[in-house]
Amino acid sequence: MSTLSATNAAYLVAALLFILSLAGLSKHETSRNGVLYGIVGMTVALVSTFVLLADKADSKPVLFLLLAVAIGAAIGLWQARIVEMTGMPELIAMLHSFVGLAAVLVGWNSYLAHESFASDSLENIHHAEIFIGIFIGAVTFTGSIVANLKLSAKMKSAPLMLPGKNAINLGSLALFAVLTGWFVATPNLGLLIAVTALALALGWHLVASIGGGDMPVVVSMLNSYSGWAAAASGFLLDNDLLIVTGALVGSSGAYLSYIMCQAMNRSFISVIAGGFGLEVSSSDDTDYGEHRETNAEDVADLLKNASSVVITPGYGMAVAQAQYPVADLTKKLRERGVDVKFGIHPVAGRLPGHMNVLLAEAKVPYDIVLEMDEVNDDLAEVDVVLVIGANDTVNPAAAEDPSSPIAGMPVLRVWESKDVIVFKRSMAAGYAGVQNPLFFRDNTQMLFGDAKDRVEDIIRAL
Amino acid sequence: MKIGVIKESSAGETRVAGTPATVAQLVKLGYDVVVESGAGVASSFTDEAYVEAGAATGTHAEAWGADVVLKVNAPTSDEIGLLADGATLVSLIAPALNEALVDELAQRNLTVLAMDAVPRISRAQSMDVLSSMANIAGYRAVVEAAHEFGRFFTGQVTAAGKVPPAKVLVAGAGVAGLAAIGAASSLGAIVRATDPRPEVADQVKSIGGEYLKVDVEQEVSTDGYAKATSEDYDRRAAEIYSEQAADVDIIITTALIPGRAAPRLITEADVAAMKPGSVIVDMAAAQGGNVAGSVAGEKVVTDNGVTILGYTDLAGRLPTQASQLYGQNLVNLLKLVTPGKDGELTLDFDDVVQRGVTVVRDGEKTWPPPPVNVSAAPAAAPAVAEAKKAEEKPPPNPAVKWAVMGAGVLALFLITAFAPGELPKHFTVLMLSVVIGFYVIGNVAHALHTPLMSVTNAISGIIVVGAMLQIGGSTYGDNGTVIGVLSFVAILVASINVFGGFAVTRRMLSMFSK
Repeated sequence: MSTLSATNAAYLVAALLFILSLAGLSKHETSRNGVLYGIVGMTVALVSTFVLLADKADSKPVLFLLLAVAIGAAIGLWQARIVEMTGMPELIAMLHSFVGLAAVLVGWNSYLAHESFASDSLENIHHAEIFIGIFIGAVTFTGSIVANLKLSAKMKSAPLMLPGKNAINLGSLALFAVLTGWFVATPNLGLLIAVTALALALGWHLVASIGGGDMPVVVSMLNSYSGWAAAASGFLLDNDLLIVTGALVGSSGAYLSYIMCQAMNRSFISVIAGGFGLEVSSSDDTDYGEHRETNAEDVADLLKNASSVVITPGYGMAVAQAQYPVADLTKKLRERGVDVKFGIHPVAGRLPGHMNVLLAEAKVPYDIVLEMDEVNDDLAEVDVVLVIGANDTVNPAAAEDPSSPIAGMPVLRVWESKDVIVFKRSMAAGYAGVQNPLFFRDNTQMLFGDAKDRVEDIIRAL
Repeated sequence: MKIGVIKESSAGETRVAGTPATVAQLVKLGYDVVVESGAGVASSFTDEAYVEAGAATGTHAEAWGADVVLKVNAPTSDEIGLLADGATLVSLIAPALNEALVDELAQRNLTVLAMDAVPRISRAQSMDVLSSMANIAGYRAVVEAAHEFGRFFTGQVTAAGKVPPAKVLVAGAGVAGLAAIGAASSLGAIVRATDPRPEVADQVKSIGGEYLKVDVEQEVSTDGYAKATSEDYDRRAAEIYSEQAADVDIIITTALIPGRAAPRLITEADVAAMKPGSVIVDMAAAQGGNVAGSVAGEKVVTDNGVTILGYTDLAGRLPTQASQLYGQNLVNLLKLVTPGKDGELTLDFDDVVQRGVTVVRDGEKTWPPPPVNVSAAPAAAPAVAEAKKAEEKPPPNPAVKWAVMGAGVLALFLITAFAPGELPKHFTVLMLSVVIGFYVIGNVAHALHTPLMSVTNAISGIIVVGAMLQIGGSTYGDNGTVIGVLSFVAILVASINVFGGFAVTRRMLSMFSK
């Protein structure tokens, strides 16, 4: 058994462990084991690679390698410790960009290394692989950075509307194909720089032209891209572990995005292609009538007398950090015998499952946190629905107004319940920029102000 | 300012404009409150209770002499004389029907707020006396009917035989009608309801009634009140009433059109067709009655044994509740006109609610107010647009779908067949992994999307292995330094990903608890 064959065996073990890890992550019961499998798999892969290197290389690169891993580990662990649960989407988007960057660098290295090949066709394929690897990596890199900026509100979340943006996207792809052909024929550094710049610009444009409301899908899509980037590097380096792992991540990420697109009734193609074919929604000036305002004491009374309450949180709860008071309120109501449930829309928040994570952080038992489909049919029997910082996900226009920009998107039908209390900072429109007729319904009352303060007021009034 | 709560003078009036609970809220708004001694007796509120709530008790004259006088019924001429100059009177006025009374009030330097003139908009619901009283009246109408009715409302199967449920028809599904439907259905009766406004069908259904539709086109109400109906409609509706009268045991009519005599819904023939022992409650008796033969304020028994109740004081028959709701309506109005909570009443005529209730302002007649439109009307367009949308999206042609799939398979076949060297092996690995990736997360729980994404992110950091292999290569020649630096950076950022991703996933999962 040589070191090389031992390493290959270790890679196989690692690949299997990664598959187990993803499988474990689909259920609550097995999720912790899933992460453990992933960590063990990664350790096996890293250690075996390290042993392989230490065996044949001199000590200087090995030292540098250890140093790089140590610095990276320190930064990663530190970031993971300090991140607020509400900032999770930004962090994950940022991490995706690192994979993209690494893929670009690996591609560049492969070119610079000038490996020798047995035949011309193999060399040509190798050059094409370099280009593909760099292209996917660079798109992931800038795309993730834009997603990160949009999620952390450092960049406007409205979609960038360049004229002829579909032509830009398609043109970039065509240009990429031309550059690849050229590079295979006459490899040179200039073309490498050109394709990198092209891919960086395309990644930026793709994500910039997607509205903030679609960010959950985008983050998941970038996750998939980062997987494909790793797979492309695997082709480049003749490394099956990279191919297996990259393809796993790539296809599972794509499937996850697809599930989410279905939940939002968005076309999968249009989201991955960067708002492809997206129309600018027309502003409407329909008069919806007047809304009714209420106060914390009245809401507390309403809750006291209710027998069933459903809470539908949205991004506003995350922004206001209201998950702890909400959990407290839930506990108090449950102690009084009120049946409290949470109804989570698949795209509530800025990341799939964002609300579940926040509620879990605040120790809300997960068996009362239900999905949209589980609560929707029961909402008509519910006494009070508390809409905390959600807007588009409870918009009756999606179900009733075919001309609405969000028409057809499945929503939580909160308006069917007896009373709806909407917690909101103001009457402004939601992320999709659509006015919400829910606020003007007869059974809806508005509770204005910071969600956290208002929920605390209600707890006091109880 | 000082608020006076008056002991009602009209015969049979049991309500009072303030209860200890509402008086306490008035005091909180900054007002001094004087309650006429004995004002709450008929509603079971003692003078002591008012004093406990922070009010003073006073004589008839003291209460009338206050700056703001709260009352239930419209004042008599004598009572208008008792009001101080510049005082504000808040009570039911019915300005549309009592033109003379409004003119008389306008002769004095008074401000008069008519509680029955609150516009029907969502924001003003909390002050809508007509709604709150109608709610009580509707409930009481059912109770009165049950009292006269010789049977159960609910159906039962007992050892002594089967009891059929009572059938109740409610004409008019306004506030009173809905309250009646709710009360009757919660007593167990089978409830049907009619209303010219088709949009109330859902409301009727939601509280347990069955909506009887009159199949004639009707205009959707824009101000929340029912309008007069067309001839076609009336003919068809009359047929429905005749059919129903022969079938049901109890009829409760609530049909009122603002500013007009009540429409006649149930004819003498309908009454004659009813079974002996049946009960009709005509809630519109005071406005002329919906039912032939009803007498305002009286109980009438027809020759065929049908009892027709024409009580006009249904709300007053639940005096404690009625006073509390009326008083709360007053408090809500006063909250609106006391923006500073300093006990100073200030009217803002830019507010449609305040403009609407004010019939006299400083001795000047301000009735009628400009009309307020409640946009409760849904747009009529959706049906058309929906049809259009359905046309736009034809189902994808299956032939195209198969062709695309076939092309894909062929392309893959060609690439793999002609690719040299290691490539086919890599493709095999890639394809199998893609399929595994799809299946492995097929049934992921929604709540785990974020952890899953974060763990796949960490795993995609496997690219660090690629960079590690590159840094170790010693055969790179002149580019060795550049490659070394680039690999170093790649390893560094990929490591952040690996360690950060796993750590953050663990942190997230540790928070999920059952």
